[in-house]
Amino acid sequence: MGVLFSYFKSLIGAREMRILILGLDGAGKTTILYRLQVGEVVTTIPTIGFNVEQVTYKNLKFQVWDLGGQTSIRPYWRCYYSNTDAIIYVVDSADKERMGISKDELFHMLREEELQDAILVVLANKQDIPGCMSLKEVHQALGLEALKNRTFQIFKTSATKGEGLDVAMEWLANALKNRK
Amino acid sequence: MSGFKRDKKEEEDGGGNPFQNIEKTIVLQEARIFNETSVNPRKCTPILTKLLYMLNQGEQLSAKEATDVFFAMTKLFQSKDVILRRLVYLGIKELSSIADDVIIVTSSLTKDMTGKEDLYRAAAIRALCSITDATMLQAIERYMKQAIVDRNPAVSSAALVSSLHMTKIAPEVVKRWVNEAQEAVNSDNIMVQFHALGLLYHIRKSDRLAVTKLVARLTRTMSSKSPYAVCMLIRIAAKLIEEEGADSNSPYFDYIEACFRHKSEMVVYEAAYAVVNLNRTTNRELAQAISVLQLFCGSPKPTLRFAAVRTLNQVAISHPAAVTACNLDLENLITDSNRSIATLAITTLLKTGAESSVDRLMKQIATFVSEISDEFKVVVVQAIRALALKFPRKHSVLMNFLSAMLRDEGGLEYKASIADTIITIIEDNPEAKETGLAHLCEFIEDCEHVSLAVRILHLLGKEGPKTKQPSRYIRFIYNRVILECPSIRAAAVSAMAQFGASCPDLLENIQVLLARCQMDSDDEVRDRATYYSSILNRQDKSLYNNYILETLQVSVPALERTLKEYTNSNTEQPFDIKTIPVSVVSKPDDHEVKQKTEGMLISSGPAKITPSREENFATKLNSLPGIQILGPLFRSSEIVELTESETEYVVRCVKHCYTHHMVLQFDCLNTLNDQLLENVRVQLDTSEGYEIISDIPCPKLPYNETGTAYVIVKFPDGDLPNSIATFGAVLKFVVKDCDPATGLPDIDEGYDDEYMLEDLEITLGDQIQKVSRANWGSAWEEAESTFYEMEDTYSLSSMNTLEEAVINIIKFLGLQPAERSDKVPKGKTTHTLLLAGIFRGGIDILVRAKLALADGVTMQLTVRSTDESIAELITSVVG
Repeated sequence: MGVLFSYFKSLIGAREMRILILGLDGAGKTTILYRLQVGEVVTTIPTIGFNVEQVTYKNLKFQVWDLGGQTSIRPYWRCYYSNTDAIIYVVDSADKERMGISKDELFHMLREEELQDAILVVLANKQDIPGCMSLKEVHQALGLEALKNRTFQIFKTSATKGEGLDVAMEWLANALKNRK
Repeated sequence: MSGFKRDKKEEEDGGGNPFQNIEKTIVLQEARIFNETSVNPRKCTPILTKLLYMLNQGEQLSAKEATDVFFAMTKLFQSKDVILRRLVYLGIKELSSIADDVIIVTSSLTKDMTGKEDLYRAAAIRALCSITDATMLQAIERYMKQAIVDRNPAVSSAALVSSLHMTKIAPEVVKRWVNEAQEAVNSDNIMVQFHALGLLYHIRKSDRLAVTKLVARLTRTMSSKSPYAVCMLIRIAAKLIEEEGADSNSPYFDYIEACFRHKSEMVVYEAAYAVVNLNRTTNRELAQAISVLQLFCGSPKPTLRFAAVRTLNQVAISHPAAVTACNLDLENLITDSNRSIATLAITTLLKTGAESSVDRLMKQIATFVSEISDEFKVVVVQAIRALALKFPRKHSVLMNFLSAMLRDEGGLEYKASIADTIITIIEDNPEAKETGLAHLCEFIEDCEHVSLAVRILHLLGKEGPKTKQPSRYIRFIYNRVILECPSIRAAAVSAMAQFGASCPDLLENIQVLLARCQMDSDDEVRDRATYYSSILNRQDKSLYNNYILETLQVSVPALERTLKEYTNSNTEQPFDIKTIPVSVVSKPDDHEVKQKTEGMLISSGPAKITPSREENFATKLNSLPGIQILGPLFRSSEIVELTESETEYVVRCVKHCYTHHMVLQFDCLNTLNDQLLENVRVQLDTSEGYEIISDIPCPKLPYNETGTAYVIVKFPDGDLPNSIATFGAVLKFVVKDCDPATGLPDIDEGYDDEYMLEDLEITLGDQIQKVSRANWGSAWEEAESTFYEMEDTYSLSSMNTLEEAVINIIKFLGLQPAERSDKVPKGKTTHTLLLAGIFRGGIDILVRAKLALADGVTMQLTVRSTDESIAELITSVVG
């Protein structure tokens, strides 16, 4: 049994999974990255450029790239698309006004050739804020029903409270394992 | 396997450089490995090293290539390998100026500079500042402030030095970090202290008061742990002494003197260096400083000996007596095994030595002059120049030595300095002229520097015809036409034409040579030959003077600009060269004397090419309303102070002369911090005949700012004597009291006030532009028949020497001396001063003043001018 276990472990652990965290500015990408890495809420400032960290989740090693979401940084996302296994797309559920922009950026990104095989996780973040959009509303606003041929799932999260992230990562880990 | 063999072979060949044969395309290709999902530091490190090596060898990348490799490099941030990360920092710095969108690494670098890994922090700060611009700097400001006061000295130093670089792009932001820099000055680390002082000074250097306070505080309290910081403090203090004109009682002086007893040799040397270079050192301090240098001359450390003797050499001219005290030590250094020290020792002795020792020292130099580098050969040449001016009788020894040096190998700078020296000697010492010219002729036979050959040919053209036997130079010049490149050939043609115009008996031969030059393959050479040949055919003296012997007198940049404008217009009117301002006779530059400490405090970029003063003024004045109708600017006077320098308001005046008008520019400075002045204008009480055309006030004059008001006046019509006048002047303005802290006025309503200024004089010199006449004599002869002449005799009883009289006459008339007649030979009792200039409106003036020394100076003044009234004016105002 032990032999079999280590065999599996080596099969999956052989390659680090490459994950991009994307989304508009202020959606909570950097907070999510460090919540995943160190399990704490760290104070963040707007990311000019990117943060890259190694995250271990349930014996899976992820190389997580958190790319800045400001308008001026978005054009550089594509420099980091190649060899990406999964995308975590973060949406600020309380920012109703920019939901349209968020949708456009998402679909623009998904059209990229290099991301055709990437798994998509959408996080409807900031669910702790009163009056925010519900999961269903976010799903609708982003037009996710139009997505065909892509493994994807949407989750409601609150990065500051740490809610919903575990479920999302659990799903992602399984999806990545099953893809093998 | 084969690769291994090749490596092995290279190693046997002497190993050499492992990066010898790298190629850009291959390295860029290899750098794609950076994009792989998992980074392999073992593979990436050598590739990044190769890239860095290549960039440092001067390989150029296009913006696209640089950006591609830059973004590939950013992927390496996922690796935790320390060496690789530090190479990435270097890569970022190298590419930051070429690649686009480098701000993408801002977050990553900010994280590294604040992180736990000390090995990253300093380097990350440097890299971060290289990619940051003024707007992004605000985002990282907080981190920079923290880093400046960091406990880790490497981090603190990196932050301080980077801040210093950032002052170039965002001085306002860096200014806010002054408290942190202040704290860092008190650091125990010698480098941090030094860098912090550098930054503090740089932030405050434009505010003299702040610098004074800084120095006063630091000279009292700074723990003098860091010799670098102390050296810098000495330099700042020395600069303050110069600026303030402080005397030897000043605390700065005390500080510098105290540094003579510092335990670091570097500090002691710096203090001595500062003292000997001060303008107003007293003998007591000087003696102290020189004795320090003298001590260093005998030091076992070559660097100290070198520094000492180099400094002595620099000041040998300004303080010869003090340096002579070290002669014995310098004699010992002549045989120093270090050639640079020996050269400097000898040249110092040459500068200070007696005439009798010249021969001996020259012999000594000759033994090793071929072994030293160009830079030191230049030092030798300069010493010889000083010597030749001091001992004119030694010219033959020195001249021979110089010509021997000319024949040796050497770079342009070296050769140019020799040629310059020979030219100076020729100009200074008529006896040396023929030998000097002969040496130069010989030199251009085999001179690889085009610019030098051109200069020498020009000199031959100017001086050759006046020698006893002009014909001997023709051969040398014509040889150039046969053998050299087009620009030298053209210069040779011009030089020959000078001979043709000045020596009638050579004219026929010159014409033959010019005819041959008309077959030349180069356009410019043919053009010049044709031009000169047709002028010489006319046999007309005045044509010779105007078109061959005299050079173009208009200002060349202005000519270029006007011609450009002209070709862009519809060119219906013929071009009129009279519209171009006459070029200003530049003063002989004394840059050799100027070797000030400023450059050593903070290195400034390459010197900017400054347009002439007149050009500057012309552009500024052209923006004034109604100025266009006045025509071109004729001349701008020197600055005249209309107030004492330490008063409430400082007013300076520049007088701009036009053909019929004068524009008076008043630069006003408000030194009261509780006042805001508005509607500042100068009210003139003009004298008879003058008419005020317009008055342009300065709308607002806040504290410590300079504003400008203008008054345009018209010269009296047809009444030249009255154009020389004195105006009363009053500064008028509206005062608004204001809060010194904010500079905002307390009340809306101000009150009128005025301030008496000193009288403003319009002199003859203001209306005359100096013109340098290369061939004054022939112009004078020609003027005899065509110009009006006035003559008068004066007795200048207040003058005691001829030199004094010459200086005063030149200053009074505002004319340019010609043919070096402003230099009065020693021991003569008579002298003839030759002057030339142009009166506003383009009227030529030639003046000859015969001076005789007898109980005061007697002067016979002859004025020739194209306008009778101007000749009369000049003779009348002298009286």
